Amino acid sequence: MLLLAVDTATPAVTVALHDGTSVVAETGQVDARRHGELLLPAVDRVLTEAGLGLDAVTDVVVGVGPGPYTGLRVGLVTAATFGSALSVPVHGVCTLDGLAYAAGLDGLEGPFAVATDARRKEVYWARYEDARTRTGEPGVDRPADIAGRLAGLPVVGAGALLHPDAFPGARGPEHVRAGALAALAAERLAAGTGLLPPQPLYLRRPDAQVPKNYKVVTPR
Amino acid sequence: MADEPLVLGIETSCDETGVGIVRGTTLLADAVASSVDTHARFGGVVPEIASRAHLEAMVPTIERALKEAGVGARDLDGIAVTAGPGLAGALLVGVSAAKAYAYALGKPLYGVNHLASHICVDQLEHGPLPEPTMALLVSGGHSSLLLAPDITRDVRPLGATIDDAAGEAFDKIARVLDLGFPGGPVIDRLAKEGDPKAIAFPRGLSGSRDPAYDFSFSGLKTSVARWIEAKRAAGEDVPVRDVAASFQEAVVDVLTRKAVRACKDEGVDHLMIGGGVAANSRLRALAEERCERAGIRLRVPRPGLCTDNGAMVAALGAEMVARNRPASDLELSADSSLPVTETHVPGAHAHAHGVGHDHVHEISKDNLYS
Ligand SMILES: [Zn+2]
Repeated sequence: MLLLAVDTATPAVTVALHDGTSVVAETGQVDARRHGELLLPAVDRVLTEAGLGLDAVTDVVVGVGPGPYTGLRVGLVTAATFGSALSVPVHGVCTLDGLAYAAGLDGLEGPFAVATDARRKEVYWARYEDARTRTGEPGVDRPADIAGRLAGLPVVGAGALLHPDAFPGARGPEHVRAGALAALAAERLAAGTGLLPPQPLYLRRPDAQVPKNYKVVTPR
Repeated sequence: MADEPLVLGIETSCDETGVGIVRGTTLLADAVASSVDTHARFGGVVPEIASRAHLEAMVPTIERALKEAGVGARDLDGIAVTAGPGLAGALLVGVSAAKAYAYALGKPLYGVNHLASHICVDQLEHGPLPEPTMALLVSGGHSSLLLAPDITRDVRPLGATIDDAAGEAFDKIARVLDLGFPGGPVIDRLAKEGDPKAIAFPRGLSGSRDPAYDFSFSGLKTSVARWIEAKRAAGEDVPVRDVAASFQEAVVDVLTRKAVRACKDEGVDHLMIGGGVAANSRLRALAEERCERAGIRLRVPRPGLCTDNGAMVAALGAEMVARNRPASDLELSADSSLPVTETHVPGAHAHAHGVGHDHVHEISKDNLYS
């Protein structure tokens, strides 16, 4: 078994290979503006580091968010295309679950919460019983509106660290790591439960703005 | 011929998810999934809705195109994709898919220009493009006159709209007349039953001191809207068919006049018309008439190839392969304002040209990161 895991739902562009037992290779960069440019070279780096070709991959794992849409789609469409080209299954994992699992690997025990940056002064968040067990569906809210509900809990992730007033229990890890996402997926694959379809968790409806002059083409 | 390059092309610059497959100048498949219906109630394309639809449709459309063409992905000689111009978030879905596909199959990747692709598609209909080619591109997003001595690396803008695109004017007038979105087809249909000479609407930028090849449709749009509003204010019925015919005539009159003039000035003896508005029946008829009179041969692809599609991207990709142009690299990015002069985006190490062009990026409403 060789899992290729990618996550672009947060500012981290993170990629890992996992053989079902442990992480074989992992790489990543934090750059919210360049998901599209960074992802494929990162995939190429982990494969080169492992001395393997893409055709050795048996399963693709992708973080399905929630996350800012444009970056999120880079990972999802890349994973779906790999799945089609290689004829291998593509599994979705909630990005917040990956971050919770990474916090568990760092030694955090439950209960705790996870929050990532949703922009527009909001966070994507969820509560966890322990590093493997989410309680309830992920939400998107203003920090002040959920601060009371999460009072006294450690809150993991960049969404918490950005809003220390609302989340005094804010702590790392700041970003999800594909290695943790892959390890969680490997557990779930072995258990035969808990994986999601590789479809985005947007949690917001699109802003229906009509663009003007959406193709301005001639240099002037 | 079996030794011509077999290329798959991906197009996601606006609201059509297009995947086409060509062998040289032969069309093998043209699969399109459109999200146009979901945009209709907003009266225009909503970027985030388009991007979401591209993600859903991308892989199924690739698979449908391969099936339609009856070729295996491993047999492809290259993957081409629209790198720009277009909606940033929409382009990014296609570019990401193309990179993943090219990488997974070990095939070269070609990020190409959407406008050059609109011109190159005519090779699938009428054979190799003459060099140079004169092209009039008209759609909801662009209105340009382009001279292309070599479609793979030399496309020169002669003129463009200074305000609205021609297709946008059709959409806006359709909105004023409560005819729905998109406006082009319905205005074309109604105009057939109207009198194009009923109302003398203005011809933008047609004075002797105006730029010879630039267009302007904003003044026309305002003038038509005012005329309609005046009728309504006077309590009179608006003669919708005559308005549609007279408005349409004003648009296609200017487009064809300037295109024919450009051909004469540049000594080019044929004209290619592409883009969604090229499906307009009156534009085709008037262009035919004027080209014939001027001794110019007209090349207009069938309507399905004029609107955005993957086949046009594949057509330009195949030409890139055939002419040995450098491929793009894995860092290829979507560029919403890729200048028309950049026919493709070669990798940074492949070629000195193509990196760090200094055009101004669109100040986009479709926030890349929201
Ligand atoms: Zn177009």
